[in-house]
Amino acid sequence: MSTGVTEKTQTTIGGIRRKFAPWTDPAAVPLIRYENVSKRFGEFVAVDNLSLDIYEREFFALLGPSGCGKTTLMRMLAGFEDPTEGRITLAGQDLVGMPPYKRQTNMMFQSYALFPHMSVWENIAFGLKQDRMEKGAIDARVDEMLKLVKLEKFAKRKPHQLSGGQRQRVALARSLAKAPKVLLLDEPLGALDKKLREETQFELMDLQMKLGMTFLIVTHDQEEAMTVADRIAVMNHGKLVQVAPPAVIYEQPNSRYVADFVGDVNILEAKIEAVAPGNVSLYTSVGGGAKLSIAQNVEAKVGDSAFVAIRPEKVRVDLEPPAWQEANCLRGEVWDIGYLGDLSIYHVELEGGVRIKAAKPNLTRMVERPITWEDKVWVSWLPDSGVVLTS
Amino acid sequence: MRKGLSWFNTTSIVLGFTFLYLPIVLLVIYSFNASRLVTVWAGFSVEWYWKLFQNQQLLDAAWVTLRVAFLSASVATVLGTLAAIALTRYGRFGGRMLFSGMVYAPLVMPEVITGLSLLLLFVAVNFDRGFWTITLAHITFTMCFVSVVVQSRLVTFDRSLEEAALDLGCRPMKTFFVVTLPIILPAVVSGWMLAFTLSLDDLVIASFTTGPGATTLPMRIYSQVRLGVTPEINAACTILIAIVTVVVVVASIITKRQEVERQKAERLAAAG
Repeated sequence: MSTGVTEKTQTTIGGIRRKFAPWTDPAAVPLIRYENVSKRFGEFVAVDNLSLDIYEREFFALLGPSGCGKTTLMRMLAGFEDPTEGRITLAGQDLVGMPPYKRQTNMMFQSYALFPHMSVWENIAFGLKQDRMEKGAIDARVDEMLKLVKLEKFAKRKPHQLSGGQRQRVALARSLAKAPKVLLLDEPLGALDKKLREETQFELMDLQMKLGMTFLIVTHDQEEAMTVADRIAVMNHGKLVQVAPPAVIYEQPNSRYVADFVGDVNILEAKIEAVAPGNVSLYTSVGGGAKLSIAQNVEAKVGDSAFVAIRPEKVRVDLEPPAWQEANCLRGEVWDIGYLGDLSIYHVELEGGVRIKAAKPNLTRMVERPITWEDKVWVSWLPDSGVVLTS
Repeated sequence: MRKGLSWFNTTSIVLGFTFLYLPIVLLVIYSFNASRLVTVWAGFSVEWYWKLFQNQQLLDAAWVTLRVAFLSASVATVLGTLAAIALTRYGRFGGRMLFSGMVYAPLVMPEVITGLSLLLLFVAVNFDRGFWTITLAHITFTMCFVSVVVQSRLVTFDRSLEEAALDLGCRPMKTFFVVTLPIILPAVVSGWMLAFTLSLDDLVIASFTTGPGATTLPMRIYSQVRLGVTPEINAACTILIAIVTVVVVVASIITKRQEVERQKAERLAAAG
């Protein structure tokens, strides 16, 4: 399994740092368990017989398009919805039927839901007051939270006197104040502009590691999920399509849906010609017909049709046929070039009309491109760059 | 396009306002008339106001009216707010259409019919008519106005505020009092004021549902006018107009300010 940049290490008793991956450890006990959970609103099935384990200290992302059931899944954990069927447990405790005000989860809302008639201080203290904590302890905790989100100077302000980024931090502080077992984040950065969002993503990751808490984030932004999460669950139509660390989701998607939803991808139709351990040979009729070879274990029969997914940054474009390999070479013509500054995206039309995207980093300053519009080119990739998808 | 008003527009505005407000202006002016004769101007005087405060019958009536208005507006505000919450929060419940129709029916029902039907009810159940029957009747017909005002506020209320309170460990009942109510309070207050003024100047329903010993100010004025208009009545009406105007203006300022604040907050939010 490849190591992503966001995977954290945890220090064991012996002082040896090892990878944080409790989901690979059969002895690990999950903190949150969804067991065969379904949720229906009338005819509409929001969550469909879904089972999922989330572990302590994990930063877990639910990713999917709107209406895929990700928000419902989170709201069932918070207690705003009850599952139609199935069981949800938090630290071994059955949550079904327990009202939200008794659950040890706290949520940061997409709209932030700050109480407009209360100051920043009162907003953060709200949850603590419900626990009948003594005054001194509340004061200390609120001050600690204000410091954590760097808003000490804004304690007396009302929410409408704050900027969007500041409000987001108040909402975060309020939901962290009670030190919940799980922090739920519902599209927490959706209202921020791109720069601030990127900064905040790293702040969130930092905070989560520092506090050692379990975070569950709902987002439709795949970059956000990739950046912050230890594991991502890609959802569609109320079902989990794939649950894996970001690098696995990106490099080894298990279906066309995941490949397409996360990042940019070229998908070619092909027929399986030979299956060997660690290698699949296929034939595609596009690009004048070509042999494809993918280094991967696939459970499929010869003659089955399959799809080959290849990321644009892994596709090479050359004017000459690549001499170093026979398979994975397709002929085409440059149809368009998108210049993005850091990258240039070559859209190559293969013989037969299929278009393939190739991203080339612009490593040197260049005014004249060696490859330009309407050039006859070869696109190619290495056997361990592509992925064979059977669904 | 010209910026100013054309002579046609000016004339129609002047005529319109004259039609609406000239009688009231005349009434106010004549309440300060020194003459006993209503139609002859004999100089400025506050004599009638002085006389008014010595007229025990009118004062009693005013006291009854204020008590009825205060009590009925308060009860109508509680009931109307609850109805508004039920209608906005619980999207689908059995008989929702019927319920909403029944809440709003008094809004369009002719007062004579409301009054008569209430009278028949009170007679049928053998309820002694008087202060309490007027109060009950006023609760019935002002509740829908409160409901309309509060409901229009609740429609734009962000429900995640309540969810956030529950999520932070606050029980539903307490959530209503510490989160929902403070936020919708301006609408509730202006609903109360609307109910108060409606009750204050109601004549028809009060006449149907009243009994011995419970005469409201509008009823007293009406019965005295039948014996001839006295400047004293003008003075009483002027005071009534003043109260109603103040209450209505305050209510609309509250609503307006709330609207402006919300827009300001929204602009700020959008500007981020």
